[in-house]
Amino acid sequence: MAVPGADEIREAVAEAHRREWAFVLAATARVTRDLDAAEECVQDAYVAALDAWARQGVPRNPGAWLTTAARHRALDGLRRERTLRTKLPLLIVPGAEPGAAAGRDGDGAIPDDRLRLIFTCCHPALAVQAQVALTLRLVCGLSTAEIAEAFVVSEPTMAARVTRAKKKILAARIAYRVPGAAELPDRLDAVLTVVHLLYTTGHTDPRGADLIRPDLVERAIALARMVRSLMPDEPEATGLLALLLLTDARRAARTDGAGRLLLLEQQDRSLWDAAAIAEGCALVAEALRLGRPGRFAIQAAISAVHAEAPSYAATDWEQLLLLYDRLLRLWPSPVVALNRAVVTSMTRGPEAALDELAALECDGRLDGYRYLPATKADLLRRLGRHAEARQAYLAALELAENGAERAFLAGRAAEMAG
Amino acid sequence: MPKYAILIYEAESGYAEGGEEVWNEVGAAHGRFAGQVAERGGKIVGGDALEPTPTATSIRGDLVTDGPFAETKEALGGFYLVEARDLDHAIEIARLCPARFGGVEVRPVMDTSNM
Repeated sequence: MAVPGADEIREAVAEAHRREWAFVLAATARVTRDLDAAEECVQDAYVAALDAWARQGVPRNPGAWLTTAARHRALDGLRRERTLRTKLPLLIVPGAEPGAAAGRDGDGAIPDDRLRLIFTCCHPALAVQAQVALTLRLVCGLSTAEIAEAFVVSEPTMAARVTRAKKKILAARIAYRVPGAAELPDRLDAVLTVVHLLYTTGHTDPRGADLIRPDLVERAIALARMVRSLMPDEPEATGLLALLLLTDARRAARTDGAGRLLLLEQQDRSLWDAAAIAEGCALVAEALRLGRPGRFAIQAAISAVHAEAPSYAATDWEQLLLLYDRLLRLWPSPVVALNRAVVTSMTRGPEAALDELAALECDGRLDGYRYLPATKADLLRRLGRHAEARQAYLAALELAENGAERAFLAGRAAEMAG
Repeated sequence: MPKYAILIYEAESGYAEGGEEVWNEVGAAHGRFAGQVAERGGKIVGGDALEPTPTATSIRGDLVTDGPFAETKEALGGFYLVEARDLDHAIEIARLCPARFGGVEVRPVMDTSNM
C-alpha cells in the first residue's frame, strides 16, 4: 500500500470524525459505561489514527479501526481505574446487569449503539437546550467551544450545561437504551424535535447578520439522515429528513447576491437544488406509504407541493389548504394556523386571511412572534392599506434580530411610507 | 435496583374542600397504586402521607417558625420510596401515583453505601 501524505491522512481522519464519531463513541460508551471516559478514549483513538494511518495506510473500515482502538483504551482504563470507578455511578446499559440478556433492550431487540446514544441524549427528563447540546457534543462530536458559538453563549456556560446533563444521566439513571414500543412514538418525537430545532436555528440564525448558518443546517441534515437510516420503518423519521431536504433545497434562492432576503414568491426557482427536491419528494411518498404520517411527514408534504410548483402563482393552494387542515388536527399549533392563513390569502384573498390572523392575535400565544406582524403587514400591503401595513412592518422589526430579516422589514416599511 | 423518591405535591385546598368522599377515593387509589407498582416490576420500600402544612414547624439556625419551609400553592403532602430499574421505569411508576390536585416529582435517592 502506498504511504499517503500528511494532508491526506489529516483529511481521512477529519472525514472519519464527521462520518464515524457517533458510531465509535456509542460503541465505546457501552464498554466504559461512562460518557466522559468514552469521549476521552475516542478522542485518543482519533489522535492515534493520525500516526498509525500515516505508517500503515488508511484502513478499509476507519470506523471499525477507531472503535477497536477506543475500546482497547477503554478496557485498559477500566483495569487501571477499577477501584476508583466502583465509587461512581455507571451508565445503565441493558445486558450489563446480572440476569439480563447481553446487548438486548426492553423489547429484546439488539439496536445499533448510535440509536441508544441518540435516545439517551434526547431524553425528555433533560431540558431541551441540554438535549441539543448533548446531541451536538456526543452524537456529532462537536467541541464545547463550537456548540457555545452556535448558540451564542459563553464556553463556560455551555460546558456547565453539558456537565449538568451528563451528571443527571448518571445520578437519575437514564438508561442507555432504545425505548420499547409503548414509549417509542413520544421518545422518537423528542429526538426528531431536537434535530428539527438544530435545523431551524441554522435555517434562520436567530441573531446573526447572515440569514443562514450552513454548518448547523448540514449537521441537522446529517443527523436526520442517520436517524432515518437507523429507523427506516418510522414514517416521522423519513418525514423529517424529507422536510429538511426540501426546505434546504431553496437555500441558494433565499437571498440575493448582496445577502438580502427573498420571499418564496420572489425566489428564482431555477436556483433550487433539483437533486435535493427529487430525494425529498421520493421520501415524502415513502413516508405517506408507511402510513400514520405525523407532523413532520405532513410538513414535508407541504414543502413538496411548493417544491414541485412551477411558480408561486401556479402553486396548488387548494392541496396546501387540505394539508394544513390535516396538520392542524394533528398538531394544533398557532404557528401552523398562521401558515394556513397565508394559504387562505391565496385561495380566498387577503381579507379572509386577516380574519384568521385577528383570531390568532386574540389568542395571545404568538405574542412576540415576529412572523405574526410580518404576515399581517404583507396582507395589508396587498390590500393597499399602506399606513396600517407600515405599522405592522415596524412591529415585526421590533421583534426581529436577524440582520437579513431586519433589512427586509425596514425596506418594506420604508416603501409603505413612500 | 436503584431507589427513587416520588414526592407528591398537591394543593391542600383540594382535600379541605372535597371532604370525606374525596379522601376515601384518593385513599383507595393509593391502595391500588401499590398493586400496580408490583405488576410493573417495581417495589415500594417506604412512604407515608404527611399532615397538612399548617401543622409544620420550620427551623433555620436558631429560628423556629410556624409553617412550612417555603410557602407554595402546591405543597409536599406525601412521598413514596420505590425501587425501579432506571429513570424510565421510575417515571412509568410515578405516572400511576395518585395526585389529583397537583403532580409528583421523581428524585433519585443518593447511593451513599460507598461513601
